[in-house]
Amino acid sequence: MVNLILLSFLATLFFIITAWRLVTYLQILALQGILLFAAAFFSLSSMHTANLAFILLETVVVKTVAIPFFVGYILKRNNITREAEPLVPVFISLVLMVSAVILIFFLSYASGFSIFDNLFFVVSLATVFTGLYIIMTRRKIITHMMGYLVIENGVFILSLAVGNEMPMMVNMGILLDVFASVLTLGIFLNKIGDVFKDGDVTQLRSLKD
Amino acid sequence: MYSIFFITSFLIGGALLFNRNNILKVLLLVSFIILQGSFVFFVVKNTGSSFGYLTADHLAVIFIVVLFIISSLSIYHSAAYLKWQQKNEREHNFYYAAMVILVAALNCAYCANHIAITWMFVEITTIAASFLIYYRRTELTLEATWKYIFVCTISITFVFIGILFLGISMKHAGLTEMTYTSLMANAYLLNPFWTKMAFIFIFTGFTAKAALFPMYTAGIDAKDKAPSPAGAIFASGLMNVGFCGIFRTYCIVQLTDSAAWSKSVLLISATISIFLASVYIMKVANYKRMLAYSSIEHMGLVMLGLSMGGAGVFAAIFHLLLHSFIKPALFYQTGIAYRVFGSKMIEETGGYFRQSVAGSLVFILGYFCVTAVPPSGLFISEFMIFREMYLKGYLWLMAIIMMLLTVIIWALGRNIFRLVFTAPPNVKFESLERPSPLESLSQIALILFVMFMGIFPPEPILDYIRAAAAIVSSR
Repeated sequence: MVNLILLSFLATLFFIITAWRLVTYLQILALQGILLFAAAFFSLSSMHTANLAFILLETVVVKTVAIPFFVGYILKRNNITREAEPLVPVFISLVLMVSAVILIFFLSYASGFSIFDNLFFVVSLATVFTGLYIIMTRRKIITHMMGYLVIENGVFILSLAVGNEMPMMVNMGILLDVFASVLTLGIFLNKIGDVFKDGDVTQLRSLKD
Repeated sequence: MYSIFFITSFLIGGALLFNRNNILKVLLLVSFIILQGSFVFFVVKNTGSSFGYLTADHLAVIFIVVLFIISSLSIYHSAAYLKWQQKNEREHNFYYAAMVILVAALNCAYCANHIAITWMFVEITTIAASFLIYYRRTELTLEATWKYIFVCTISITFVFIGILFLGISMKHAGLTEMTYTSLMANAYLLNPFWTKMAFIFIFTGFTAKAALFPMYTAGIDAKDKAPSPAGAIFASGLMNVGFCGIFRTYCIVQLTDSAAWSKSVLLISATISIFLASVYIMKVANYKRMLAYSSIEHMGLVMLGLSMGGAGVFAAIFHLLLHSFIKPALFYQTGIAYRVFGSKMIEETGGYFRQSVAGSLVFILGYFCVTAVPPSGLFISEFMIFREMYLKGYLWLMAIIMMLLTVIIWALGRNIFRLVFTAPPNVKFESLERPSPLESLSQIALILFVMFMGIFPPEPILDYIRAAAAIVSSR
């Protein structure tokens, strides 16, 4: 069951890399939140109930509802245009993404464990790669933020792999998640929206050598 | 003592934030310096004592003492800087509170004996540092702050991914305790594949703080755009915390079968860092950025020493210690020169000798110290690193790095001598401020200390460095 959920999570990564509208990104992020909720529910079976409830609550409340809603609010408030404006054609992105996933599968062979033991590893590394790829190939600051949120989801998946033995790790991941989202989204996107009207990274080009 | 120090520092930070009274502000800052001083006294007296997951080992004690000296000087120099900037009271409060919290978090991150605790305190330093960078509230500082926060958040996420890989490795080995001492004792049990993954992610993450190759960009903008006294802390304390994270992880990994592999990771990163530093120093247009790139070069040398092992580890820590004194001295003086000329661009400044003889002395002596010309102590450490490279047979790499260092010496010298002696055509020197020589006194003391360490290094300090270096070669 967990493997099925993780594989569908992998599929959402292909969606997000081909998505064109910013709203689609938010919808996929919300979908990923639900998938993470299910994955946490099925894989953290031997965890303390109160702790598990807290983690499940976090995936639903923060990842699925609060962050997409908040980003959507920022989009409206700062009048950011609705296209993602990727710098690389979608076809090339897809090819790169597929080859990266295949490479990560081979890398997981090198670890000497079977693939299904390592599915957490494969999916989370693919997710981190997707997030970094989104950050590198999109032009808007808000899309960079979404790329970062995708990386966060990858970290959450990886923390599930050790969740039963070290529940502290999952809690720390959540701490990072909430904290970083509030810090980057809350304080600075509002400020940047005020100072730089478009939220376009090309305006953040004055510091260089 | 650890908890008293940390909680009281936070309280002082909070009080500084809401305080409206000038005298109270001075009193709070002085009490913070006294508190930090007593903390330093405590850890020097009780080296190796621990409280929970905090342990002040020899490496931590070295860095805590350095941070105490630099942060006290930074608080002292901030007064003149803030007076010149003439912001309103609230922004000054933010500045001092952020600085106090940054220093407290750095101290605890040095002491942390648990990798997750290090991670948490490093996260706190990111927030505090971003408030310091944002102090001037202009578009450029906003850009620098945004880039710093974004890169640091991504790199802190990388460190967390590395910690999780370490966790997977520990799960296969049946370990549960994530302290450095327990991990070092049981390093032979760790699975090599997951350990390698953990090391590469933790290393990449900490390079953002340590100013090394993959993530160095954020630190450059931060040191450039932050007020000079804060930049001095970034170039010493904050770089040391990155080194601390890398060093402690490396201590574990070098006990496993992946030792040779982790050494080559350090070597590659170090070489690329020195190369990038030499390329950027040639074309840089701004003094503070030039100093920031010079920090990258020195951190590259430190990593080179660490990867060589043997006497190289001692040389690396010695180098870092002296670099943490000489770089702040240059940053403080650049801040004063920036105030005098109203610009830090190389094109628009020059003839500093007419305005301030003491300041020019700091620049010239600092230049000789930072490029490791004897009697600078950095000469000793660089010499030891190169000797170790020679003994290990890295002759080609040694030749390349020496050539890159020559380029850096030339480029730094060109810019610094221009600042001191060559007057630009359209500057009216009569209207410029003449800074008091007293302001340069602290920098001259720091430079003299670095020279003193090159000629007569005191034995107790060397003992501390030897004990810190012994953590690596304990197999």
